Amino acid sequence: MERPLTQNIDLERGPLSLKDYEKVGGYASMHKALKQMTPQQITKLVTDSNLKGRGGAGFNTGLKWSFVPMGDNVPQPKYLIVNADEMEPGTFKDRLLLEGDPHQMIEGMIVASYAIQASVSYIFLRWAYKEAADILRKAIAECYEAGYLGKNILNTGFNLDMILHTGVGRYICGEETALINALEGKRAIPRAKPPFPQVSGLYGKPTIVNNVETLCNVPHIINKGADWFKSLSKGEDGGTKIYGVSGRVKNPGAWELPMGTTLREILEGYAGGMQEGYQFKGLLPGGASTDFLTPDHLDVKMDFKTVATVGSRLGTGTMVVLDDRTCPVGFVHNLQTFFARESCGWCTPCREGLPWVEKILLSMERGEGRKEDIDLLEKHCEWLGPGNTFCALAPGAVEPLQSALKYFKEDFEEHITQHKCPWHNGWQS
Amino acid sequence: MAKLNIDNITYEVTEGKNLLETCLSLKLDLPYFCWHPAMGSVGACRQCAVKIFKDENDTHGKLVMSCMESVKDGLRISISNNGAKVFREEVIEWLMTNHPHDCPVCDEGGSCHLQDMTVMTGHDYRRYRFKKRTYRNQYLGPFIHHEMNRCIQCYRCVRYYRDYAGGDDLNVFGAHNHVYFGRAEDGVLQSAFSGNLVEVCPTGVFTDKTLKQHYTRKWDLTSAPSVCMNCSLGCNIMGGERYGELRLITNRYHPEVNGYFICDRGRFGYEYVNHENRVYQPLIRNRVSEAVSITELTEHVKKLLTSSGKIIGIGSSRASVESNYALQKITGKENFFKGFTDTETNLLDYLLQLMHSGKFDLPSQKQIEQSDAIIIIGEDLTNSAPMLALAVRQALFKTAVQKDVRSTIPVWHDSAVRNLVQEDKGYLCVLNTYREELSELADEKYYASPKAITEMVKKIIALLKGETIQTNDTQNREETLANNIVQQLRNAKNPVVITGTSCYSLSLIRAAADLAATLKNEKQKGGISFVVPECNSIGLAMMQASSVQSLIDDAQPVSDNATLVVLENDLYRRFAHQKLETFFKKFKEIIVLDSLHNQTTQQATVLIPAATFAEANGTVINHEGRAQAFYKILVNRPPQIRASWHWLGDLISVKTIELEKQMKSHLSVLYQLVSDLPQFSGVEKLVANALSEVNGHLHIPMEPHRYSGRTAILANITVHEPKPVRDEESIFSTTMEGERQLPPSPLTPFYWWPGWNSEQALNHYQREVGGLLQSETGDIKLLNGKFVQSNIEPVAVTKQEQQEDADGLWLYPRYHLFGSDEFSVYTGGIAELSPKAYVCVNTNEAAKQNWKDKETIELNISERKFQFEVKIEDDVADGIAFVPYGIKETYGIEYPVRLK
Repeated sequence: MERPLTQNIDLERGPLSLKDYEKVGGYASMHKALKQMTPQQITKLVTDSNLKGRGGAGFNTGLKWSFVPMGDNVPQPKYLIVNADEMEPGTFKDRLLLEGDPHQMIEGMIVASYAIQASVSYIFLRWAYKEAADILRKAIAECYEAGYLGKNILNTGFNLDMILHTGVGRYICGEETALINALEGKRAIPRAKPPFPQVSGLYGKPTIVNNVETLCNVPHIINKGADWFKSLSKGEDGGTKIYGVSGRVKNPGAWELPMGTTLREILEGYAGGMQEGYQFKGLLPGGASTDFLTPDHLDVKMDFKTVATVGSRLGTGTMVVLDDRTCPVGFVHNLQTFFARESCGWCTPCREGLPWVEKILLSMERGEGRKEDIDLLEKHCEWLGPGNTFCALAPGAVEPLQSALKYFKEDFEEHITQHKCPWHNGWQS
Repeated sequence: MAKLNIDNITYEVTEGKNLLETCLSLKLDLPYFCWHPAMGSVGACRQCAVKIFKDENDTHGKLVMSCMESVKDGLRISISNNGAKVFREEVIEWLMTNHPHDCPVCDEGGSCHLQDMTVMTGHDYRRYRFKKRTYRNQYLGPFIHHEMNRCIQCYRCVRYYRDYAGGDDLNVFGAHNHVYFGRAEDGVLQSAFSGNLVEVCPTGVFTDKTLKQHYTRKWDLTSAPSVCMNCSLGCNIMGGERYGELRLITNRYHPEVNGYFICDRGRFGYEYVNHENRVYQPLIRNRVSEAVSITELTEHVKKLLTSSGKIIGIGSSRASVESNYALQKITGKENFFKGFTDTETNLLDYLLQLMHSGKFDLPSQKQIEQSDAIIIIGEDLTNSAPMLALAVRQALFKTAVQKDVRSTIPVWHDSAVRNLVQEDKGYLCVLNTYREELSELADEKYYASPKAITEMVKKIIALLKGETIQTNDTQNREETLANNIVQQLRNAKNPVVITGTSCYSLSLIRAAADLAATLKNEKQKGGISFVVPECNSIGLAMMQASSVQSLIDDAQPVSDNATLVVLENDLYRRFAHQKLETFFKKFKEIIVLDSLHNQTTQQATVLIPAATFAEANGTVINHEGRAQAFYKILVNRPPQIRASWHWLGDLISVKTIELEKQMKSHLSVLYQLVSDLPQFSGVEKLVANALSEVNGHLHIPMEPHRYSGRTAILANITVHEPKPVRDEESIFSTTMEGERQLPPSPLTPFYWWPGWNSEQALNHYQREVGGLLQSETGDIKLLNGKFVQSNIEPVAVTKQEQQEDADGLWLYPRYHLFGSDEFSVYTGGIAELSPKAYVCVNTNEAAKQNWKDKETIELNISERKFQFEVKIEDDVADGIAFVPYGIKETYGIEYPVRLK
């Protein structure tokens, strides 16, 4: 099985230096792209490879690039931004790539920047990833020294600067337009789309924001082609995917596997199944803002389309497992506390709705739930749906809640009828 | 045009306009919070949700925010769709989870957009049972009360304060359901336009502190349309009274003048009307019982005037056209003098000629907002004509929008537009004697003496005309600057010059006018806007009379039997005090009409209480030559509080009985005025048209039908409800009875529409959002450049220009938003924010004069000693010292003064 993304990663050894990275074939795609390919050819190749954004939305990456205005009479400078603000609860795949193989991402960034003719690139890094920050700073410095960044890269006339920006720890910065606002020094609130960042992004200029994992795929597509990339996958979407599992499994972790690997394979095979004494009750397949899947869904292929057919989303592909000894209401309450706190405060439904949801769940946990609360929670899942709110935070936030209400409704009801949390035998804060 | 289907009714509307705005223009009830007609859409509050349908077969539809949609031909939407209704109702329920429901103790209650929208959505029962979040309130200065718990986070305040008005000390802090709108720390809001927060805020977070001091529910106010008297711009306002006290000033929309906003001096500077220093009682001085009745006074004055050999009248630039005219009618043209200094008179007379010349456009505030290159010459707009500064800010933004915004982004999409525009803006050049607020936005700025500024403008004109200029090295900086400016002006499509009388320089105004004329010549478009000192400076200037200066300066006695009549003018503000003492001694009888006691009223042998703007009908002419009528707000006043023209009209029988009849009513005064002084022709129409509008109809009620307590209001005096006061010549009824239709637009006393109790009901008074009013604005531009007034005499320009040329340290006044205006300082908060007596110079001049920062120095001006604290500022021109204009400590300085 080919594992292009993680082939150079050895966490005990640490990341490869520029020199060592080049020894194993690193930066070949940059030479090829800048010297032999036009930006349009690169964009077409990436579109054809069917690489879909690994941040969770699953939009075709090459297609996204193709919306950037090209030519001489377009606004300048254009920007490429890596969204490395990995703050989705349960998600740690980008951290692996950032700490394990920084040059792979930088190489992808250089190629992507060339494809959209961006002259400035930013890495928007999660505040807590301090180790990654050190590793990236070093790698960027190596690239400047080698002439892979800066002016006239490889004598092609292509210029690219790269700036590492560390955030201050707000979940909303993972939303690409809020990230752009934050980068501009403004409040981290999302922007209305349209206009999309491809047209009017950072400082009003054309901008592409891509996820870390997405960009790490780019060098391999350039080197080995679209067909090879598609052949890596077991499903429709091209490539491999880093899947992760956390929760009470025997072997929590992250693995690069063919896109479309089944849940069962990941959960029972790589994660080793549940720990002794715990039963599998359900899981969030792609981070905290995705709908629960249950034991009935274990044979679902983990790719964007298939997961959607069973009412959830692939999201980041890193799952959080719920076991039978954990209260699902408490589990969801914990998530809602997070989402309510991380709401940026811009639009009414999210700002006011999520805290209300959080307070209802807390009151249930305390045994103070009321019969009409379930209806209120269900209504909120509907009202906070896509299109009703300004961005995707609240619709994502209610995904675990709405599916919990679907699959574990009796647990919610028991909280109310028993006037206590059946798991905690009385809630203690 | 596009066909828009709303709930199965098809409307013809404009394509590309905002959907919410379009619905509101169609007068449909669609609730909203974050959208504002002057500020566009951001999509934050989610209140204006509607359903959009693909076609007539689509029954499910898609929920969208109408403020974030453009109108397209064939668009099908539903406001009444149940899904949309439920969602809108839910938005209110969400907002109510933290809103304190303290309406009974909230100043906004009863005129609250949040209340209106709550009712409009149908939301009633609240299911939220948990704790609400609370905040600490801030002290925001003397004008604005802060009550953060009521906040519904619509973000309008910060968008208005920062994005629209350019302020930077109000901001939003925190996140999630704990966002806070306020200052980084307690303190006075710094923007000159902070008062608009009161109207911009849809609920009671920001409320009017001056109203709070004599609070009444807004539905209990008796209101009338008026015009702001606190500077020369003539912004439209509405005033409301209760218990004979003026309690509130709000914005009255005028599409060409002030639009949706007014400045803080205009909003809060009204307390003088209620001040204890008012002249309430007619007085005949130097007798045992000075207070007299109206009849006694009239008889006394009539006798006095009949026996006078000569009656000398001094007019006023803060009195109405009617009052000045009535005085002139009594004195005769030859004995009526403008209450200006010679310098002011020359400047204003010259301005009039220019405004008549037709050589350039005279843009309104709205038109200035459309300019793509603005050059300000010798005016600190934020302090001398605040709303023009706001207009300039809009022009800078709108130009950038024009330039940068691609067709894919609609202009109503405020956040997207601002993200795209970023820091880009239109061209602004500031040539002034010191650095002021707008300098911060200027691409080119130049701080120099009026003389040097004049030279710079002349250079610009020469370059524009293609002339080459002799260069030597020392002039290099000026050359580059002039070249840059010329380049920008050449590129501009719609350049505007703004100048005025603040620099007291004829040559500067002349050069500025030449520049505007040159631009107009080259581009067919080129406007100039003149800032003048007071609300009716132009009106008085148009009276064709001499300045009173020579009379005051003249040491010779006047004929024994002369009587002096001073109309609403504290001469001590403008003229050297020593001279005035001598001047007043020349008259045995001095009749003063004024509304507040001052040094001049102390000289009166007969003191007549004049009405303020709030107690009178009248006309004033603003800086662009626009005549606007204002109407009595306080109708039920003691009979001796009357408009000066009314008093003078009664006294006019000293001339002939005939005349007295002709001067009986407001309208008859106006008819007389235009027949005697044709330059005012047209002003009579304002009132005549208004009267004809209501002729045979019911009067316009000054009280909304929600007005309460009228049977109780005088219960301490009598339990019988008195007959309402009926002003026979008034268009208004002082009660809630009267015509229930929308009044003609210039006669709008308050905004109200069923379901719309806040000022946002304004929408129903407009033909379309942000556009024209339902009927004509009713004002008239007298100085439109279309006719030449031949009998205005050319002024002696050269003499004054020679004076200006003299070197040395010149003392100029510096205007302050708070403090420079005579009456607004009677508002406690304005007095509090007024400057102390200072003299401001740059480091060079301070060294030359041997002045140290903050030390108190004494200056001898016109044989009088003045004390000032020295203030050293960079970016003040050489050769200039500033003192604050109009504060008591600088009364009597005849600017500009050459210091020894």
